[in-house]
Amino acid sequence: MSEVSIDANKSAKPEQAQSTNRRKFLTVSTAVIGGLGVAAAAVPFIGSWQPSDKAKAAGADVTVDISGIQPGQLIRVMWRSQPVWVVRRTPELLASLSTHDDQLKDPNSENEQQPTFAKNGYRSLKEEYLILVGICTHLGCSPQHLIDGAFAEYAEGVSEGFFCPCHGSKFDMAGRVFQNVPAGLNLVVPPYQFVDDNTVIIGSEAEVV
Amino acid sequence: MNGLLNWIEQRIPMMRVANMHAIQYPAAKNMNFWYVFGFLATIVLVNQIVTGIWLTMNFEPSAERAFASVEYIMREVPFGDLIRYMHSTGASAFFIVVYMHMFRGMIYGSYQKPRELLWVFGMLIYLALMAEAFMGYVLPWGQMSYWGAQVIVSLFSAIPVIGPDLVIWIQGDYVISGATLNRFFALHVIALPLVIVILVFLHIIALHEVGSNNPDGVNIKHKKGSLSEEEKTSYKIHEYFTDKYDIVDDVVPFFPHIVLKDLVAFSVFLFLFILIMFFAPEMGGYFLEHPNFEIANPLKTPEHIFPVWYFTPFYAILKAVPDKLLGVLTMFTAIAVLFALPWIDRGKVRSWRYRCGFHRVNLLVFAAVFVFLGYLGGTPQENWKIVASQFATIMYFGFFVLLFLYSRNENTKPVPARITR
Repeated sequence: MSEVSIDANKSAKPEQAQSTNRRKFLTVSTAVIGGLGVAAAAVPFIGSWQPSDKAKAAGADVTVDISGIQPGQLIRVMWRSQPVWVVRRTPELLASLSTHDDQLKDPNSENEQQPTFAKNGYRSLKEEYLILVGICTHLGCSPQHLIDGAFAEYAEGVSEGFFCPCHGSKFDMAGRVFQNVPAGLNLVVPPYQFVDDNTVIIGSEAEVV
Repeated sequence: MNGLLNWIEQRIPMMRVANMHAIQYPAAKNMNFWYVFGFLATIVLVNQIVTGIWLTMNFEPSAERAFASVEYIMREVPFGDLIRYMHSTGASAFFIVVYMHMFRGMIYGSYQKPRELLWVFGMLIYLALMAEAFMGYVLPWGQMSYWGAQVIVSLFSAIPVIGPDLVIWIQGDYVISGATLNRFFALHVIALPLVIVILVFLHIIALHEVGSNNPDGVNIKHKKGSLSEEEKTSYKIHEYFTDKYDIVDDVVPFFPHIVLKDLVAFSVFLFLFILIMFFAPEMGGYFLEHPNFEIANPLKTPEHIFPVWYFTPFYAILKAVPDKLLGVLTMFTAIAVLFALPWIDRGKVRSWRYRCGFHRVNLLVFAAVFVFLGYLGGTPQENWKIVASQFATIMYFGFFVLLFLYSRNENTKPVPARITR
């Protein structure tokens, strides 16, 4: 039976073979073009899930005037519905940051909780200005800023820091998390850039030159 | 009347389909208690669809109005509270019957050859059901809706490279917001119900092609010509089956025998369902969690975040692994491994009645571990629970590893040729 069919194929007339090739070509090309059409038609449906213009506007960069911040002061701004802290740290505070590394979970900021520009001892672009998303990395509460030695009650020898009232997580003045608290990660440093000495834009980084 | 029926039948094969798939469908006569959950799942599916349609008539899917519109349904819409409780109790009931249905499949080997695809379709339904339930829970826009969504959606951020962008794409915003709520509403009321109904259809078609299993795991369909006339059933079985096979005298037609048994189960189920719906619709915070009676607040995290009870076993597995990406992978593997069950089990004997004693123990331990994981995932974190959930996670996967090993050369009991009891 199979031999017969092979013979039949062999003796197929050239026009017939040609028409099979033609049919094959048409089938494949229809499938390919149709597939491309389906892929193209999928673009608006998948793209439609991206944030809308309204959402993008609400999530846009925030420009902050920092000229009025006194040394030691913390101001709060909203960015993408989240509180962002801008702190002007005093030289004494900056000097004290390296003294309690042994009490921290991640003193060298190994976990990517900051843009690469902030992976340093101060976790900031300019040493003086600390900019953090003010949301605890444990379960999203907003920690309190404790100053003038009030923080020492929670961390020995550290006079200033952030304390989360929800579950007792503690962070130093570079947003680094202390050991033996529920939060596992340092506070998030958002992307930001300085336009000039008095203005910072939160939400985007300067292009790397 | 007969003329009209014939006229219709010649144009659409209603009676032929009804006869083949219900009235004259052969089912083993020894189907027991465990065989009612497929029927119950179908009933609950219908309940969810009907009550769901009624809920959409008054629900407003927006971050501003969702919570208030649910309160409106509960307090002002006539019978609104009843319809919502039917829907919310139905969601938990769905998972109860589905888990029982799955365990039935496991103890009687209903996933084994030739029912592999049947099992896979069932698992796809389970997967779609989990997505459906998760998105439905977000809709009332309570605290647990919001923070549950936060936890589940942020699982995707663990994926390397594309993770963070994927999360923004899923949310339609940089945070969980009204945009997220609206798309979850669309998926919950249109896309996923359609998928589930289609999958249920395919599940039943696949079931009727390979035939229902039974507690003995014995074939009721034999090779054409292999049975004598006395051995063949005297019931009227549809030609679709009798043309291909000799059907042994251990079957009953699906209608009325199996249907009546299912209806008895249904009445018991309905009694329990109504009891819960009327007297404990929140089920002590298990079916409707207490923080969800407070409107979603992005700046205030509930003290403890738990998914609803039917997800807690997998949540415990997620929390057991200290690394985020590995945890997510382990959790998804815990579901994926169930898909592979027909190929992990290399045994030839289906029912646990005739498999080795160790298999029975393994199955029972697996069920206990699953329940224990559910407890661990649904109660506040404590130090001993971390170790316990790690141990239970290993036990969970251990079931499959052991099954794969011992099922190759298992010391089974002789399987009877005919159904025994």
